[in-house]
Amino acid sequence: MLIRPKEGILDPQGQAVERALPALGFDGVQNVHVGRLIELDVDDASKVPQMCERLLANPLIEDYEVVELNGKDSS
Amino acid sequence: MKFGVVRFPGSCDEVDALMACRRFADADLLWHGDRDLSGVDAVVVPGGFSYGDYLRVGAIARFSPLMESVIEFARDGGPVLGICNGFQVLCEAGLLPGALLPNDSLRFVCRQVDVVVENPGTPFTRACEEDDVLSIPVKHTTGRYYAPPGTLPEEQVVLRYAPGQNPNGSMGDVAGVCNEDGNVMGLMPHPEHAVDPLTGSADGGRLFESLAMVPA
Repeated sequence: MLIRPKEGILDPQGQAVERALPALGFDGVQNVHVGRLIELDVDDASKVPQMCERLLANPLIEDYEVVELNGKDSS
Repeated sequence: MKFGVVRFPGSCDEVDALMACRRFADADLLWHGDRDLSGVDAVVVPGGFSYGDYLRVGAIARFSPLMESVIEFARDGGPVLGICNGFQVLCEAGLLPGALLPNDSLRFVCRQVDVVVENPGTPFTRACEEDDVLSIPVKHTTGRYYAPPGTLPEEQVVLRYAPGQNPNGSMGDVAGVCNEDGNVMGLMPHPEHAVDPLTGSADGGRLFESLAMVPA
């Protein structure tokens, strides 16, 4: 699951990173957002969106995206 | 009249909250793993770092056995006050509108702030008058209140930071909100740390006094 701050909500962490990159000489960087990654193995992937809605993300302030790695060892 | 103050693993302000409650009524601690609210008339969810604040602040604590009972108590009209981390827990539990985000400064803030009573008609503020100014400390990293547009009616704004004193970038300077029925309130400032003039202000006591005035 990729969990991001919802669009339009101030993301000071993303802004801080966006300001730090040019200081290292990396120019032309915009729209930096910092979210989090949750990895899990699950028998029934159809339940994952519910898990996101109820616990893993807070839908008021965060968007989530489920990325399924079918049968692959994601390590 | 008896207060119950919740203790989670990671709570750190529950003893101050207990002592604040005891200035105005009986009070006991409630353990997060119990389901029994021991017949208390009001519940205080205190500050701290419940369950380590893992995942998101308040997200895991919301599922503790005691919180299930607190949610039921609140739905039956019982008064519930969430302070700081307790506010975050009540938002995660869906008992209050909105959510708390990291401070706009990305820094921990710890300072005395003035908050203005916007709604004195709640069980938590009835010892106050509208526009009363209370001097209460804040101390948090994740206190920027946000509610999606249209989800926070003005009458549910109970406290606002005084002009120019918003410590965290909260939307509309909101410091404390209540639910639609008015029996659940959350705030980021710590009234339990402002109950004795010895520590600079006794203004926070007004919230506990308000609750003690009205048997549930």
